[in-house]
Amino acid sequence: MNPPIQSHRLTLHGVQLDVYEQGQGRPILVLHGEDGPFPQAPFFALLANQGRVILPTHPGFGHAPDMTDIDTVDDLAYLYLDLLDECDLRDAVVIGCSLGGWIAAEMAVKSTARLGRLVLIAPLGIKVGDRETRDIPDIFALPPEEVVRLQYHDPAQAALDYTGLSDDELLVIARNREATALYAWEPYFHNPKLRQRLHRIAIPTLLVWGASDRFVTSGYYGTAYRDAIPGAQLAVIDRAGHWPHVEQPEAVVERVGAFLVSV
Amino acid sequence: MRAWHFSENAYHLLPDAKEYDSIRVTLPNRYYDPKLGADLYHRFIDEWLIAEELGLDIMVNEHHQTATNLNPGGPIVMGILARETKAARLLILGNPIANRREPVRVAEEMAMVDVYSRGRLEVGFVRGVPYEMSAGNHRPTRMMERFWEAYDLILKAWTRHDGPFNWEGKYFHHRQVNIWPRPYQEPHPPVWITALSPGSAQAVGERGTVVACFLTGFDGSKQVFDSYRARRAELGLPPAGLDRFAYAALVYTGETDEEGYAGARKLMWYVEANKVPFQFTSPPGYHPPQAMAGAMKGPASGVFKMFQNPKLESFMEHGLVFAGNPDSVYRQIIKFYEHVGGFGHILLMGQAGFLDHQETVKGMQLFAREVYPRLKELHPAVAA
Repeated sequence: MNPPIQSHRLTLHGVQLDVYEQGQGRPILVLHGEDGPFPQAPFFALLANQGRVILPTHPGFGHAPDMTDIDTVDDLAYLYLDLLDECDLRDAVVIGCSLGGWIAAEMAVKSTARLGRLVLIAPLGIKVGDRETRDIPDIFALPPEEVVRLQYHDPAQAALDYTGLSDDELLVIARNREATALYAWEPYFHNPKLRQRLHRIAIPTLLVWGASDRFVTSGYYGTAYRDAIPGAQLAVIDRAGHWPHVEQPEAVVERVGAFLVSV
Repeated sequence: MRAWHFSENAYHLLPDAKEYDSIRVTLPNRYYDPKLGADLYHRFIDEWLIAEELGLDIMVNEHHQTATNLNPGGPIVMGILARETKAARLLILGNPIANRREPVRVAEEMAMVDVYSRGRLEVGFVRGVPYEMSAGNHRPTRMMERFWEAYDLILKAWTRHDGPFNWEGKYFHHRQVNIWPRPYQEPHPPVWITALSPGSAQAVGERGTVVACFLTGFDGSKQVFDSYRARRAELGLPPAGLDRFAYAALVYTGETDEEGYAGARKLMWYVEANKVPFQFTSPPGYHPPQAMAGAMKGPASGVFKMFQNPKLESFMEHGLVFAGNPDSVYRQIIKFYEHVGGFGHILLMGQAGFLDHQETVKGMQLFAREVYPRLKELHPAVAA
């Protein structure tokens, strides 16, 4: 039986933050991606067997309120460093995927004082190619079904069908897209300075990548990320695209679990 | 009432729409022939000059990366018209100031045109249509916050004459704002702002500029104008005169109703040719999330549904098109005028690609000679 999911709203220096929690033990801060938090997803239940999973909703996503003064990934990185301070979390594991991976990397270059390990699942956030290379496909200029095709190993499983969704579920999707645009529109899903700062991450770091990620590939984007973080490992998950923890949650949690106990 | 001739300067000589996904943002410019384009530019300028001869005022707008409008720099054609015309008022509606990275530059450009024209400029500010977001890489979220900061900065740049001032806002930073030239008109050119929803009309009403509606039809326009008036009343501000309200419609006046409808059908090209995929019509944050959630559920409803299957009869019924013989056009405008509580400016979209030069001019002439005099009587206080 899975440990129960709790949710509450914190106020950190005037910023309202909605947080889900599940499990006990070592703190595991999970930073969600463009699709918003999914506390009921198998990934979190599996992860909650390994520690105390803390899953905040980035301001503006889901049902979380918009915060006027929070409008950059830099703001989010400081917000979550504040969260670690506020809850006095130590030796925390920080896991972020896609947009959340970018936020996690920005946190780690600022301070690893409260961080024990870092797991980046197909993180965005760096510029790899030259100015005329579009490292990351422009989700705001592509047909939605093409974005799905690029991001999933099995696009049929993720097909967009809004007809069965409630008004509230649709509203959440719309809010998630809006919040993503707020944080990632320009520079597009990256901080031009982040790559040159990644050397500061002096804690064990695991990069997890779907073998079928056609959105940002492990061979191009993943290796560039790995090479910029001293000692980082890159694990590739079969039969998974840009959201390996959604398509292959068991395999990802198994790989992460092994990393957390490794010396 | 004042009437303004407005042309989008479209480039209509396109292949079959089956050959491309979108007329905006991504349509390759190999489909544009600059030699034909030059002919079109000069034709459209000639038509604006004819509008002036007919006693109409002149309106120009601006769009980007689209065949529907070849004026990516509205202020440039305004500069030409400021020199080529002598009497007409010149309205640019408008400058997309949430998207212009340097509002001070907008203040400079507008001051320059105002001086060229010896004070005939009217300056519109617009949010910009959703398709401009990808075209200009403009973030679609929190746009109105940027818009109003740019607005405040431009107004201050126009009206401060004692040396530089400082501006370190959320979106724009300047330490030495001191524009040359300053505007010809005192304290600055009249300002217009577009509003398509009651919510945005409130903010315009607070500031008391002209509010303009585009193709919003009977009820949409009434909601905008009512909201503007209500907000002023709520704040205890003086009631707005009719010269604060403007409406843009497709207008073609013929000798007969049949000729008027035939011209209007050609104007409908703007609506029919506007093939744009979802990702460009609905960039995240541009529309409120509730509206986006509704759009995901299925086809749009109400007035917006008409745009998916445009029909002249339906557009006329809803007040987006005024067409027919002069009496018919007059009656249609009066009906609209009475429904929305009156307005002081009609913006005439009177040209579209397949409407050739002679047809365009004929429609303008019949409007100017047979319809406009009666509209002027309607509201003499703002008559030209």
